[in-house]
Amino acid sequence: MSTTVLAPPRDTGGPPAPADRVGRLRRKVLDNLTAYGFLCAALVVFALFSWYPIVRGVLLSFQQVNFITDPEWVGWQNFQTLFADPLFGIAWRNTLLFTGLALVIGFAIPFAVAVVLNELRHAKPYFRIVVYLPVMLPPVVVAILWKWFYDPGPGLFNSALRLFGLPELSWLDDTGTSMISLVIVATWASMGSATLIYLAALATIPGELYEAAELDGANVWQRLRHVTIPQTRFVLLVMMLMQIVATMQVFTEPYIMTGGGPEDSTVTLLLLLYRYAFVYNDFGTASALSLLLFVVLGAFSALYLRLTRTRS
Amino acid sequence: MSTGIQRRTLALALAAGLTVAACGSGDDGGGESAGGKITITVNGQPAKSQPFERKVFDADVAAFEKEHPEIDIEPREGFMDPTTFAAKLAGGQLEDVFYVYLTDPANLIARRQAADISDFVKDVPHYEEIQPELRDIFTDDQGKIYGLPTANYSMGLLYNRTLFTQAGLDPNTPPTTWDEVREAARKITALGNNTQGLAELSRNNQGGWHFTTWMYSVGGQVAKKDGDKWVADFNNDKGREVAETLHAMRWEDNSLGAKQLLEFEDAQKMFGAGKLGMFVGAPDNIPPLVNQFGGDYADVGLAPLPGGQGTLIGGEGYMLNPKATPDKIRAGLTWIQWKYLNPDRMESTLKSYAEQDQPIGLPTAPPNAAADVWTGELQEKQKALREKYANVPVENYQAFVDGLTELSKHIEPPNAQQVYAALDNVMQGVLTNKDADIDTLLADAESKVNQALAQVN
Repeated sequence: MSTTVLAPPRDTGGPPAPADRVGRLRRKVLDNLTAYGFLCAALVVFALFSWYPIVRGVLLSFQQVNFITDPEWVGWQNFQTLFADPLFGIAWRNTLLFTGLALVIGFAIPFAVAVVLNELRHAKPYFRIVVYLPVMLPPVVVAILWKWFYDPGPGLFNSALRLFGLPELSWLDDTGTSMISLVIVATWASMGSATLIYLAALATIPGELYEAAELDGANVWQRLRHVTIPQTRFVLLVMMLMQIVATMQVFTEPYIMTGGGPEDSTVTLLLLLYRYAFVYNDFGTASALSLLLFVVLGAFSALYLRLTRTRS
Repeated sequence: MSTGIQRRTLALALAAGLTVAACGSGDDGGGESAGGKITITVNGQPAKSQPFERKVFDADVAAFEKEHPEIDIEPREGFMDPTTFAAKLAGGQLEDVFYVYLTDPANLIARRQAADISDFVKDVPHYEEIQPELRDIFTDDQGKIYGLPTANYSMGLLYNRTLFTQAGLDPNTPPTTWDEVREAARKITALGNNTQGLAELSRNNQGGWHFTTWMYSVGGQVAKKDGDKWVADFNNDKGREVAETLHAMRWEDNSLGAKQLLEFEDAQKMFGAGKLGMFVGAPDNIPPLVNQFGGDYADVGLAPLPGGQGTLIGGEGYMLNPKATPDKIRAGLTWIQWKYLNPDRMESTLKSYAEQDQPIGLPTAPPNAAADVWTGELQEKQKALREKYANVPVENYQAFVDGLTELSKHIEPPNAQQVYAALDNVMQGVLTNKDADIDTLLADAESKVNQALAQVN
């Protein structure tokens, strides 16, 4: 690749003459030809595997399809089917509950772990690996492993509770504990990545800030509150946004571990979407649900980014 | 969360898969090669991990092609997979002859995703001798036919004869009422050492499927025709009876185990390990119990479904691609009849299976050519041949065979999967909540089932 490809665009200033403008455009295109060539492959892949399916999904939301005859336009009927389904409201409630719990547990714990790891003077790399290890396990393996942990009979947790003479829990089999049990699994499985990102952010905080705070008599909590959190605020906000978007699409844990039960207490939006598409063979309603989720997450992301920018 | 990225990737991959499929050839090809030979694709070929079954299938393809030189079979691995069905159909990749469970045809017919074979069925030998209730599953309201049943099962009660003996029960007189089941389950649970009397399923629609079976067993149903509309029919005394029995077994007797949200495989594992006394299931569970889960044919008993009123029937069949040409439909039907519904091959197939130590004598397929779909003389012939070549303890299943004739046989409700999803909740409620309000559970499920049935109406 020639170095000119990476050269910044040249700006001579002042309004160019039309002939100049064409010439400059031509030169710019030629300068960046190699880059466009590389970009082209990515664009084709995105168009084929991402943008076209999105557009197709939007169209499917207003159609009834059997993949044999031409799609039939049905207006808002798929959305009406969805709104009439009692599970629609339940799935939203469950998904928001999962997201809320995941924010409380899954957001706070990795940050706390990162702060503690950052303070370690010995064996830091070892603990970093230990925290990151679960991320390397496939999600399905994690879910199956935790199913055994949660087994109300010979499972790990109830065996431990029995050992200490504590009352046993039904974990996944109880509507009161099923969702939080799933959140714990999701947090355990994914906290390694978040912890590493927080650690990287903590490493960028200048040591002088802590020294100055200590000289001013700040205790640990005050240093955390007035130095650490403000200095990592941007990373925290970005991670929170990513976590909300990701947790609202929770699927693997309820699909493998509870199937949405007991009594619909873990039916999430993506699980409902999966059922419509692949169990009931109703791709129109499934697409309508995915469109609603897409709009809500899109609006939420845009709002949050705007807030972040304003505050910055 | 990193799993979030994986989930999104999965969703994207699914969507992309559909799209690519939609952009695919969209063409089944003419299927007619030089010399007027018809080529058809068929699924149902067993996986390489089942070498015996695969060898039999491939040998059958070769034998069929020799007998029918005008037809070329392209076998494909696999059976019905709802997660890929639509993508295959959209992309023109669905086989000309494809396998279905008996829960599938109603929806496929309603969505026009199977070929109308009414004009061709008259040429299928012995079609009229297939059990009418099985033929009905592939027939719509106008009498049009869309497929052929090739095997069926009736639900019964599988029980562990060794545990029965250890618990002081007679393994030759299995329970015939739910009260007797309850009593037997109590005694088996009392053996201790994590032994469980009965297991019931409650997730991924299997709970609803079993609740439906229980309803049939006590003379109830889960859906009925009210005029020309389907409505739920389990929020009544029969439904309460079933739910209360299950609740009492779980919470009063503790004979249903602490771990719930089970699926079939969970029950099979416990049974194979000798830790489970009974579970509701069909005879086709017996070979996997022995071959995959470490059970023993001598330990497995099979009784008719307790309750004495009725049982649920299911099974499998084949349908044809809606894009298939008339020539392909004719060739496809010829294959299905030759391979799966062929009385002339009954004895030779049974004999070859027996010679290779495959289980013969179970009240079910395999082998497919001797599947339990017939009526009249063919049914008698099949029974006699099965007895002749039996190599499993048939006396262990005699109660099931004898009792089955007394039970009325019911097919699954319309829109079965959605109905079962709603009924899963009733099972989960009574099995996971000691303070379950059964009336509320039934009423909530009724409203959901009515909504599911409204789509059929």
